[in-house]
Amino acid sequence: MSEPLIEVKNLKKYFPIRGGILQRTIGYVKAVDGVTFTINKGETLSLVGESGCGKSTVGRTIIRLYDKTDGEVFYKSIPIHNLKKNELRKLRPKMQLVFQDPFSSLNPRLRVGDAIGEALLDHGLISRNELRDKVIETMEICGLAPYHVDRYPHEFSGGQRQRIGIARALILDPEFIVLDEPVSSLDVSIQAQIINLLMDLQQQKGLTYLFISHDLSVVEHISTRVAVMYLGNIVEMASRDELFDHPLHPYTQALLSAVPIPDPDLKRERIILEGDIPSPANPPKGCKFHTRCPLAKDICREQVPEYKDVGGGHFVACHLV
Amino acid sequence: MAQFIVRRLLQSIPTLIGASIIIFLIFALAPGDYVTRQFENPKMTPERMEQLRALYGLDKPLPERYVSWAGNMLRGEMGDSLMFKKPVISVINDFIWNSFLLGVAIMFFEWLIASIIGIYSAIRQYSVFDAIATLIIFMLYSLPSFFLGLLLLKIFAVDLRWFPVGGMITTGSNYTGWAHIMDVAKHMVLPVATLTLISVGGLSRYFRTNMLEVIKQDYIRTARAKGLKERTVIFKHALRNALLPLITLFTLEIPSLFAGAMITERIYNWPGIGKVVLQAIYVRDYPLFLGYTMLITVLTILANILADVLYGIADPRVRLK
Ligand SMILES: Nc1ncnc2c1ncn2[C@@H]1O[C@H](COP(=O)(O)OP(=O)(O)OP(=O)(O)O)[C@@H](O)[C@H]1O
Ligand code: SF4
Ligand SMILES: [Mg+2]
Repeated sequence: MSEPLIEVKNLKKYFPIRGGILQRTIGYVKAVDGVTFTINKGETLSLVGESGCGKSTVGRTIIRLYDKTDGEVFYKSIPIHNLKKNELRKLRPKMQLVFQDPFSSLNPRLRVGDAIGEALLDHGLISRNELRDKVIETMEICGLAPYHVDRYPHEFSGGQRQRIGIARALILDPEFIVLDEPVSSLDVSIQAQIINLLMDLQQQKGLTYLFISHDLSVVEHISTRVAVMYLGNIVEMASRDELFDHPLHPYTQALLSAVPIPDPDLKRERIILEGDIPSPANPPKGCKFHTRCPLAKDICREQVPEYKDVGGGHFVACHLV
Repeated sequence: MAQFIVRRLLQSIPTLIGASIIIFLIFALAPGDYVTRQFENPKMTPERMEQLRALYGLDKPLPERYVSWAGNMLRGEMGDSLMFKKPVISVINDFIWNSFLLGVAIMFFEWLIASIIGIYSAIRQYSVFDAIATLIIFMLYSLPSFFLGLLLLKIFAVDLRWFPVGGMITTGSNYTGWAHIMDVAKHMVLPVATLTLISVGGLSRYFRTNMLEVIKQDYIRTARAKGLKERTVIFKHALRNALLPLITLFTLEIPSLFAGAMITERIYNWPGIGKVVLQAIYVRDYPLFLGYTMLITVLTILANILADVLYGIADPRVRLK
């Protein structure tokens, strides 16, 4: 049953840092520095980690909104970074993206109906006559009213805009959707509605999600598997229950210790991480986490820990495991 | 909308009165007047000069002069030009259309070239094209119009003799129809080139900056993720938004079509209003100068209102009240 849909192999994405009057490249931000994972058909893989660790960059590079620096990405065994532009364009509808900020992700001068429907038309997947009905049908599935179709994005609330963002991804009949913090800008009550919508859609249409978030309680709710990122690398990946019950990496343990637990008798000791996140332009040698790790040893400062399977698909990169 | 326009028109009345007082005072308080300028010969007796001043109404106290001038303006009478000895309105009518012809040609080429350079530099940011365009633009930008005007005149009219040295038609010629049009066009080339080269730099930077600003927005990524053609992404999604602030700039440039270019018209001996007004300032032909200045002031105020109206139409987020 676990048939891979997306396979990512040692993917790297470096952004040039430019400086001087000539705007020459003077260094690189290693936003994604070699990540390997698989997303199976129909599952939700969550990607968690602190701000700036490269989650969005992973999401955007695996659907080739960014060109990779190194590594490979396969969608159904198609190496998407080797496709020609027009081949890629044909494949785009299958791999969609929902952004974190529902305010900047909708073109302010495009009516909602056009924003949702335009790509279908552009890809020649529908005729002009059928378009409006299809748009309205999709809007209703996503909890929007038909009369919203001729309005502009600024007339909507954050939650409604996120529904628009989901509708415009969904209408293309995708197999895979990158959800880049789709609820983190919304009120908690609205968050639950959107999460439920996403889970319903996944069930009905057999969608596969990469769910990016730094809210671990949401992640625990929605995920099949979870990957934890730190400074451009995945440090631990396991099934949801395994990761939440038996976190092995000190960074994962620290992240989890900060999640509030509903049961007041069950006390978890909070691990406070010292120091700031190092710059991804100049990451620490050895284990990148050693500057903040409460368990760091000498070897951690010298050698990069191997990212290995410790059994049952539980991957971790730490010298102590 | 109509209400908005009426309100803005009413609001501009005090602006207009204030502007008229300032313009009048600057001109009246500047040393010298038409009489001293016209009759700078030693045989002129002070008595005779006083008589002439009384004739032109230059002997009365300032407030009285202002009130009588402003009263005439309100009735639509700009008075007679002192140096042309005919109504200001007909002097303006004689020359302003020649300036308008130049202005329209300049505006056309300026916007055409600036948009192409600006947009291309933005979508190819950091490319060699971008770097060279930036360099040339700053060089042109820093040239004063008299310098560039004289330079082009020397090279292309005096040395190479490709174009006439000045004027609007070949002296003594009696061309009609197509030949006349070609003759005028030939005379326009150098002044239009001078003013276009000088203004195109700044404008292309506006295009570039606005495009860059828009291109990094999430909704452009959304458009790419939809798999739209790159052309659609750039022109439909990016450019339409980048143009918004430029609508204002474009509209505010309309009055300058009528204002003439004093220095360049003077250099190329173009019979435009700019050249005439420069002369009017020199000889203190106050009815002509004031009439012209007030005309441009009114056009500027109208252009401001038009800019707001157009912006309101173009940007669905703006509602005019
Ligand atoms: N287009 C870009 N150009 C240059 N640097 C970038 C670009 N996008 C991201 N970065 C840098 O790459 C690193 C990773 O950024 P990314 O947006 O992937 O992080 P993130 O985990 O999604 O963070 P957040 O939770 O804040 O969204 C950051 O240091 C960021 O500054
Ligand atoms: S390898 Fe060392 S520094 Fe890195 S997480 Fe493990 S113990 Fe901490
Ligand atoms: Mg992000």
